Amino acid sequence: MGVRVAMEVSIAAAEAAKLADVDVIAAYPITPQTHIVEHLAELVADGELDAEYVPVESEHSALSACIGSSAAGARTFTATCAQGLALMHEILFIASALRTPIVMMVVNRALSAPINIWNDHSDIMAERDCGWIQTFAENGQEVFDLTLHAFRVAEDHRVLLPIMVNLDGFILSHMIEPIDIPEKEEVRRYLPEFKPAMRLDPDRPISMGPVGIPEVYTEAKKQLDEALVASKGPIIQAWDEFGKIFGRHYKPVETYRCEDAEVLLLTMGSISETAMTAVDIMREKGVSVGLIRLRLWRPFPLDELRAAVKGADTLAVVDRAVSTGGPGGPVCSEVRSALFGLPNRPKVLGFIAGLGGRDVTLEMFEEMVNQSIEYAKEGKEQFYELVGVREL
Amino acid sequence: MIEIRIHGRGGQGAVTSAEIVATAAIEEGKYAQGFPSFGPERRGAPVTAFVRVDDKPIRLREKVYHPDIVVVLDPTLLEVVDVAEGLKDNGMVVINSTQSEDEIKSQYKIRSRMALVDATKIALDNLGLPITNTTMLGALIKATSVVNIDSINRAIDRRFGPIAPKNKMALEQAYKETRVEQ
Amino acid sequence: MKASEKTGGIIGWKDLELGCALIEPGTSKGFKTGDWRSQRPVTDKEKCIRCGLCWILCPDMAYRPTEDGFFDSDGNYCKGCGICARECPTDAIAMIREE
Repeated sequence: MGVRVAMEVSIAAAEAAKLADVDVIAAYPITPQTHIVEHLAELVADGELDAEYVPVESEHSALSACIGSSAAGARTFTATCAQGLALMHEILFIASALRTPIVMMVVNRALSAPINIWNDHSDIMAERDCGWIQTFAENGQEVFDLTLHAFRVAEDHRVLLPIMVNLDGFILSHMIEPIDIPEKEEVRRYLPEFKPAMRLDPDRPISMGPVGIPEVYTEAKKQLDEALVASKGPIIQAWDEFGKIFGRHYKPVETYRCEDAEVLLLTMGSISETAMTAVDIMREKGVSVGLIRLRLWRPFPLDELRAAVKGADTLAVVDRAVSTGGPGGPVCSEVRSALFGLPNRPKVLGFIAGLGGRDVTLEMFEEMVNQSIEYAKEGKEQFYELVGVREL
Repeated sequence: MIEIRIHGRGGQGAVTSAEIVATAAIEEGKYAQGFPSFGPERRGAPVTAFVRVDDKPIRLREKVYHPDIVVVLDPTLLEVVDVAEGLKDNGMVVINSTQSEDEIKSQYKIRSRMALVDATKIALDNLGLPITNTTMLGALIKATSVVNIDSINRAIDRRFGPIAPKNKMALEQAYKETRVEQ
Repeated sequence: MKASEKTGGIIGWKDLELGCALIEPGTSKGFKTGDWRSQRPVTDKEKCIRCGLCWILCPDMAYRPTEDGFFDSDGNYCKGCGICARECPTDAIAMIREE
């Protein structure tokens, strides 16, 4: 039996990495991610965690060092956000293409300019296509759980891909809430020792990262895409195993009070909890509304999403980022595209809320649902709108 | 669900007091959130911190807009911040002040019930520093039953280590001296 | 003609090693670049002081030390770039046109 403690969620993420017995942490501090790596640096300095902590001079170097250590066969962890994630951009694609099973916490924060340190999803949405598995946490417990899950999935020989666990900056990272911390033995049972499928070894030399000429590059991209799509099976299996050992159950797509709902909301990350309460309030008032929460973003849970929307007339997708000049928010565009071939697909409406730390409130969800019902009645075509934007 | 907003100045420990209340509640088996007003921290600037406590899991990630309880760590804040903003009708304001209820009501926009204590003096006497966060927790638990004194004391032990005893003494004195409007 | 026949890959994606790695070491040995050459280096042993700069600076590692302390370039790999001749401190290396 583990213990239930009050803990800042950032510290819980670091404690999960400690329980996973990481070998190498290479990271650079950036608000609001700093507490995670600060705590790990402390654990290493105090001798509570036997790991190499590599203080680097930038996020570009942090991830480069992580690729090196992962390639050498070390269990590797890092964390970043916003400008830091953007600075990692080119290395992100290398980490996935080289199939290095790195685990990274992304403490979602808005991208500058204007300079903004608060939460939204503009940082991660700019990295949608980098070939990493991407999950989103709704609360502190899930941050802890998804971190353990990430190591197990990344290192699975059927997967061998890096994983980003996304948690909302401040809203989750700086929250003190109850966290169930399992026993080390339970964690060991869930997460076996890292056995690299391939590693840099002077006694058996190999080359990682050679040139991929035009006659090879397409096949290399196909291999990566197939691997990412096929990782869904092991991801779900690792969640099922997690449920058996720890009693907490996770799925790629969760539904909440969707039975016979005319309007469905769709959310990702911590606003899902507020959205559940908003659904309760609206159901109480007789509004036929439900909620779909995406936990898995890459690989995109196509079948699960299609099953979840079945029977609904209207789907209101809540984005936390703008796809500037695009046809909708990034999540909305993908959801629309995923449902396009579906007979009797719902009308998909796009709402962008909570940019750069603007609070997403209960009332906002009610507004979005009411607006959606109105659009559906009018038969109005809508691509996306910014909720609560001030015009004058 | 009980929602608390704590007003302080950067460096006075408003965030720490939110952390202690949340920790105490969680130790009691309840569900709780403790969090700062998000953003850069600046010493001396007016800051707020928040706590939510409930018997069931809390599914709410918005800020606290309508607190049940407001705690004011520094009397000078009454001049610059509308501490009663959004307070629920039957809410309670716990203030570090040497003034009486009537004086405060005539000077500021506070119409709710109040609990008052001279926390600055108690903190200076016990800690030698005008840091009133733990002292005001004594006033908070005297005025409300959001958490009990034993769990608060355990949370203080964990958070403060060697300087916990002095903080607990300040808390206890405040608990005794706080005047709660009936 | 199918697109894959005209512009196709040289290896199927299922046959690529994990992450496109090359798991056999030293494969560049089998890549003979000697026939790219239009000139070859010839060392005058009278002028050579056996300093080894040609061996150190050769970008293709075509030079090998010999038993008598000199250095020979391996025609299988030497591309004839002439760096050795240019850098030789005693001008002992001449680039001779290949016939």
